[in-house]
Amino acid sequence: MDPKLALHIHDVMVQSRQTEEALIRMMRSGHGYFWIGGPGEEAFGVPLGLLVDKGSGPAHDYLHLHYRSSCTVMAMGTAPIDLLRQMRSTITDPFSGGRNFAGHLSIPQWNVVPGTSTIETQYVTALGTAWVQRRHGGTGISIVNGGDAGTAEGDFASCLNWSSRPGQELPILMIVTHNGIGISTPAAQVQNTPALHERAIPFGIRHGRVDGNDPQASWAALQEAMAYVRTERRPFLLQADVSRLYGHSSSSGARPEGGRDCLSEYEAKLADQGLLSPQQAAQIHERWREHLRDAVHQVLKEPMPTKDDVFTHIFYRAPD
Amino acid sequence: MANLAQAIRLALHYGETHLGVTDIFGEDVGPPLGGVFTATQGLTKTWNTPLDERGILGMAMGIALAGGKPVAEIQFCDYMFNALDLMKLAGNAHWTTNGGWHLPMVVMTPVGAGIHGSIYHSHSIESIATHLPGWKIVMPSNAKDAYGLLISAIQDPNPVLYMAPKALLRVKGDELIPGEPADERELHRRIDAPLGDRSGWTPNWPPVTDFSVPIGEAKVCRTGDRVTVVGYGHLLPACVRAADVLAQEGIACEVIDLRTLIPFDLPTLQRSLDKTGRLLLVNEDTEVTNFGEHLLRKLVERCFYSLQVPPVLLAGADVPGVGLAWELERHSVPQEEDILAAMRKLATAGE
Ligand SMILES: Cc1ncc(C[n+]2csc(CCOP(=O)(O)OP(=O)(O)O)c2C)c(N)n1
Repeated sequence: MDPKLALHIHDVMVQSRQTEEALIRMMRSGHGYFWIGGPGEEAFGVPLGLLVDKGSGPAHDYLHLHYRSSCTVMAMGTAPIDLLRQMRSTITDPFSGGRNFAGHLSIPQWNVVPGTSTIETQYVTALGTAWVQRRHGGTGISIVNGGDAGTAEGDFASCLNWSSRPGQELPILMIVTHNGIGISTPAAQVQNTPALHERAIPFGIRHGRVDGNDPQASWAALQEAMAYVRTERRPFLLQADVSRLYGHSSSSGARPEGGRDCLSEYEAKLADQGLLSPQQAAQIHERWREHLRDAVHQVLKEPMPTKDDVFTHIFYRAPD
Repeated sequence: MANLAQAIRLALHYGETHLGVTDIFGEDVGPPLGGVFTATQGLTKTWNTPLDERGILGMAMGIALAGGKPVAEIQFCDYMFNALDLMKLAGNAHWTTNGGWHLPMVVMTPVGAGIHGSIYHSHSIESIATHLPGWKIVMPSNAKDAYGLLISAIQDPNPVLYMAPKALLRVKGDELIPGEPADERELHRRIDAPLGDRSGWTPNWPPVTDFSVPIGEAKVCRTGDRVTVVGYGHLLPACVRAADVLAQEGIACEVIDLRTLIPFDLPTLQRSLDKTGRLLLVNEDTEVTNFGEHLLRKLVERCFYSLQVPPVLLAGADVPGVGLAWELERHSVPQEEDILAAMRKLATAGE
């Protein structure tokens, strides 16, 4: 991998990790109610965001993202402060105007469709954007991600089935980020195989599995899967094995839970390759930490929704 | 005159040729069948989906998100219960994103009893659907409104639930839809698919127009000063017939077809109740937390001092299903004689 790219990925991974940690600190200091996020998914989520064809409309990629995807939108260019705004539930929160939890993203100008709490429903809304893209032609695809436990929902099977109908295949990249657990229930207790990507087999869907703790392997796997979906206009199911470093959410304390840490592993690798010394890495962390400190101060000054905001945007009215 | 199913088909034809409808889809919606009630025969944007209501609604949402204009069908509203969270999400997307996204989509579904549909082809869903903020919800009771409301639903930039009363789908209107041939045999020849092999058939559409019935406007079907009767859908024609019976006896009842459940036309109801002081609400959904109870509460709050006698809600029995045997259905779903009796009683109560 081009060293510049390798270092850029690292920088966004740090930005993302520092942002998540700032979110957790805000929540603990009473500046937010609930945290859920993606520490431990950066090595996969950052390459994903960097590889997205970003834009609006069916010529570009649609993203149906779950709640551990802040690293992906930061890789696309979302500023960390916007994620802090959602944690603080300010009216300036660009995703939901203070209405939704942290990490429940929505960016119309980049085709990031409304992120929802309902596990797995994103796998059926992805069918619709992909259907429009199939008709539109070009290289835009629909990308959908979610966890391992959620694949037990029927919506996951719906996505496999609808996207592989003969002659009506859909350009969907289905992603499962497998952290081996759903809240407190280990995957092995509720699923007969850790190889969820093999669920693609009976549908004749191309599939793969990647070490989601390795950004370079993830980059390569995503590039290959995306190239296939973009050009063949057919679905692909990619499983990425990742960690859930700070537990499920703030409900379980948002404390370190163990598991491989993709960021420290990557830093060791970059040091081995002579691309980044531990001191340089520490400086990057410090730079983002400082950036986030300032951002938190800024967000704490921003306005909150008011009583009147309860009643806005129930129905859309086209501008006259 | 067109029946309701033909009216829906005509509106969808106008929608796909003039209003940008990109997809009309659902179970058995496309060729060869064109819908289990024939409502989607002969159209060009129709296609068959997997038997998967969650997939159908997700597909509709995704098409709307990507700039298309979908009309999705749930074959019977009885089969929407397994997909209610997607209905919920479609209704809340605009609000939860603080105006970031909106979903211009129509979901059509046949509702209600009256076709010997037994337990799972007789459900009503309006009391549940009206608990899903962000949806506009309409239900016609005649062919002309069926056309006009569907045109409005397609034109609306929000999710619209279009409920078609099953029992009325074969009932002919008594008013022509603009552009509809006056001779109904001609209409039949032009737009009804032949029985058997229809692979070589194409419809010859009459020149229908953008005639629309605005969402949010009730219709006063009979005027009167004695009792206000508010209904919609399946039981509305029975309310009108009952009012005609009482009119012969010199009792003038005002019958209002709500047509839109969300957002409903409160001023029209209020004006009528302030005049009559007597209120009968009629629908076939089960009576507990029935949508009529909401109307009742709103009207009592606003018209309390106009009320002359306690208002009445006539609704479906609170039982798990509509049984197949006629005696079971008859005593679960309000019938014309029940409506007539309730109107008569209200008209003379307190005298
Ligand atoms: C439909 C639905 N059921 C239950 C929940 C509650 N819930 C939230 S996250 C979660 C576990 C999800 O686990 P997994 O899919 O493996 O994703 P992870 O959180 O591990 O990334 C559950 C049960 C929900 N949000 N939606």
